[in-house]
Amino acid sequence: MALKLADYKTNVHNDWCPGCGDFGILSAIQMSLADLQIPMHKATIFSDIGCSGKTAHFIHSYGIHTLHGRVLAFAQGAKLCNPELNVLAVGGDGGGLGIGAGHFVSAGRRNVDMVYIMFNNAVYGLTKGQAAPTLKLGMKTKSLPQPNVNNSVNPIALALVSGFTFIGRGYSYDVKHLKDLIAKAVQHKGLAFLDVLQPCPTYNDINTKEWFQGVDNMNAETGKQMPRTYKLEETGYDGVVHDEEELNGKMGQVIERSNEWGSKIPLGVFYKNEHIPTYQERITSKIHNYAEWPPSRQSIADENNGPITTIQKLLDTLRADN
Amino acid sequence: MLVGAKNFANSLTWMIGGAQGSGVDSAANIFSRACFQGGLHIFGNREYYSNIKGEHSYFAVRVSEDPIRSHLDDINILVSFDAETIFRHADKVTSGGAIIYDSDLSSTTLQEVPTIDEPAAKRIRELLEKSENPITVNGMVNFAKNNGAVLYDIPYFGILKQFSVEINEPALSKLTRMINVMALSASMAILGFDKEILAKAIKVIFKAKPKIADGNVLAANYAYEYVKSRFDLSQSQFKLSCKPQSADIILVQGNQSSAMGKLVAGCRFQTYYPITPASDDSEFLESNQIVEQTDGKKGSMVVVQTEDEIAAITMAIGGALTGVRSGTATSGPGFSLMAEALGWAGMNEVPLVVSLYQRAGPSTGLPTRHEQADLRFAIHAGHGEFPRIVFASGDIEESFYDSVKAFNFAERYQMPVIHMLDKLIANSVMTCKYFDQSRVAIDRGKLLQILPPSVEVGAAGHYLRFKFEESPVSSRIPLGTENGIFWNSGDEHTEEGHITEDPFIRNKMMDKRLSKLDLALEEISDEDKAVSYGQLDPSLALTVIGWGSTKGAILDALDELALEGKRVHFVQVRLMNPFPTALLERMLFNTKILVDIEMNYSSQLGSLVNQYLHRDSEYRIVKYNGRPMSTSEIYNALMSIINGNAPRRIVLEHGT
Repeated sequence: MALKLADYKTNVHNDWCPGCGDFGILSAIQMSLADLQIPMHKATIFSDIGCSGKTAHFIHSYGIHTLHGRVLAFAQGAKLCNPELNVLAVGGDGGGLGIGAGHFVSAGRRNVDMVYIMFNNAVYGLTKGQAAPTLKLGMKTKSLPQPNVNNSVNPIALALVSGFTFIGRGYSYDVKHLKDLIAKAVQHKGLAFLDVLQPCPTYNDINTKEWFQGVDNMNAETGKQMPRTYKLEETGYDGVVHDEEELNGKMGQVIERSNEWGSKIPLGVFYKNEHIPTYQERITSKIHNYAEWPPSRQSIADENNGPITTIQKLLDTLRADN
Repeated sequence: MLVGAKNFANSLTWMIGGAQGSGVDSAANIFSRACFQGGLHIFGNREYYSNIKGEHSYFAVRVSEDPIRSHLDDINILVSFDAETIFRHADKVTSGGAIIYDSDLSSTTLQEVPTIDEPAAKRIRELLEKSENPITVNGMVNFAKNNGAVLYDIPYFGILKQFSVEINEPALSKLTRMINVMALSASMAILGFDKEILAKAIKVIFKAKPKIADGNVLAANYAYEYVKSRFDLSQSQFKLSCKPQSADIILVQGNQSSAMGKLVAGCRFQTYYPITPASDDSEFLESNQIVEQTDGKKGSMVVVQTEDEIAAITMAIGGALTGVRSGTATSGPGFSLMAEALGWAGMNEVPLVVSLYQRAGPSTGLPTRHEQADLRFAIHAGHGEFPRIVFASGDIEESFYDSVKAFNFAERYQMPVIHMLDKLIANSVMTCKYFDQSRVAIDRGKLLQILPPSVEVGAAGHYLRFKFEESPVSSRIPLGTENGIFWNSGDEHTEEGHITEDPFIRNKMMDKRLSKLDLALEEISDEDKAVSYGQLDPSLALTVIGWGSTKGAILDALDELALEGKRVHFVQVRLMNPFPTALLERMLFNTKILVDIEMNYSSQLGSLVNQYLHRDSEYRIVKYNGRPMSTSEIYNALMSIINGNAPRRIVLEHGT
């Protein structure tokens, strides 16, 4: 029997603010899981803390609500022990690029086959609106006592140079586009990063839904409002590294597009490179039966609870007659 | 004063020193291996600086016909090929002992050795000035000679030149790398040690490089014959005679024993960030990640070097959630970083083993030196209150079996287990009984691999991972299991794992989690809680209490005291949390003089005894200079207590 969207929902009370961008991301994740017909128990959502951290509780799959900044490390551990799991890590931009930036970079170096979705609203919502790592320099959202004194991190560029092999950006109010993007990320062989623009209606009074829709961004000639976001795929952009010769050129264009902001914000797939071996493949080169026999499948005791591992050969090398 | 272990045949302390990177370790490993193959027991301890090349390191190996577990202060045979070793150690050589040194360095002055730091140089200068010796290598060996040491001056360079002609190898620089083995071999000649067994040991140590092994055997033989022909060895007081080694004795490095236990325990995921002295544990596992199984299949362990210790512990937790036995190994600074995640594992009832190889703190402390100062920290690390088991091994052999037990406890009680080890265990090598896998059982607790289609559910309609029932330990299922979808959260949570701030659920969850410690205390066997050695002598009524790696030196000191007719009772505490109060009360019943012995400043175990048993120790023997306690020091301290002339707190200070 086909799995329906409703199967991926829980009836856990959702306490996000009305109009929160998180709702769109939550729906998109549930829709993409349904589209891909992933059995609920085969998926695990790992989440950071804060508002986005609650996401795990609203999705009917295994849900591990972890610590601030550490979601990627938890998630990688589970995936490496049980490669059959579909692992999605979610969290805010503070967790991903502030307290967890080291894990972000190192996750890129490993390229474990899983997905990381970053809810990017440029503020720390649940602690009442402090500046997050993606807030631009000099911006003063409403709860900041002073304009932001730090420059912002470019998440797309950082993901690229860290080694993520699939990089995309979505917008939480374009759920259909986002759910397709998530599905592509899940299907990608390697570590996928999605930067999801997610207005915080309570604390970010600058990058609001209306701002993204371009309410203040009128075309001088037509008098119509121009949305700030556009879709890369509609411009003929191709982020796929088809062969390794193209790598430098493709990386250059990712950086170029990632620097676009203001009146022209690209969405879609920036980059996809399947020429880099996944971490699982790297393990398999050392442990040849890893794919069939990962840690989670191995039994370690016999029926009498005796250990089935024998280190006799190792111990014999420690004997005098060796 | 205890001077050497004069009571055993074939008994001595041998030491080699030299600059880090000059082959001190290899030479000591060959010596240890040779004595082991020669049927003897050994205990070796490696001391080194936080430095890659050039600073002074030394390796003391105690040899005996009977099992031994610790080192002594005095040196019987000092092997050197640099000046620093002479300056630092020659004064500790006993009367009748031997000093092997490079005669070309005789006139080297103390000032010419830049790696001797000023405080040490000052002590050496004062010693030589007071004894009216010149401040040179010659002065130092003369000082030792006046103490009764026998000097063996060896012109290494000259011998090397002759040797190079003999073997037709003109590149002297290649040969200088073998000076360590030549020095070692010189000592073997003095000891009258079987040359064939020495050659065999060299081949074992250089197993991976047969050509280098052969060259070293030649060099060793050359130096051996040189010493035999040049010196009259008939008067040499120390000799080592060989016999066949028993088949059930193995020679084990302490940085491998706990790791071997992990393999047998079925640990299949280990994460780590490099740190001394814990990294060896993980590197050993990575080198041996494919394991043999009795069912003929090949098992394997995934070992991941992470970006930091926070990732190490959180990644291990992620692995543990899939039902895999997962562990991480670290030392104090890394464990400090793990504190938050340790609480997450406690909150979510995740079985996890953290091997904590203590070193001298605080902060970076003495990164390559020994201490037992993380006991209180291990018991309390993390904010809030959550259950954890803290379990301490006393020696290399225990650490093998304890690693398996640590995983059993972790799964049975679904909580993090901190397995306490330390630098002394990690960097010592000793002969012990062949590890017996048949003594080991695997207890996975309430781990389920399958669930029926209909399970009891909670308010949100989900499986009850943290079900309130009679036992505080709930059934546990791996991520990915059908019908068992659950949630975890660092927030307080419901039986399903969803966030709650309900005050009544909060209380029940706290009670559930923390009462698991009561269950653990009830179920864990007495021998895993504390071990009593010897009996209380009613007239002396003296009990020594300790934990961790002081065990060896304490037991050896007690043996020495027994020879003097002093019977001292020893209680080794192994389960540090939950604290085995009732058992210890029984064990300490009738004790009038309680002596707490620990490698830290504040007598941390003593403070736990005080807290739980409402009993102060009459004496506290502590040491915190980074060097492990020796049998000699403990013997002397206990003797002064028995004689009634000791202060209540005795600070041990020996060490180089």
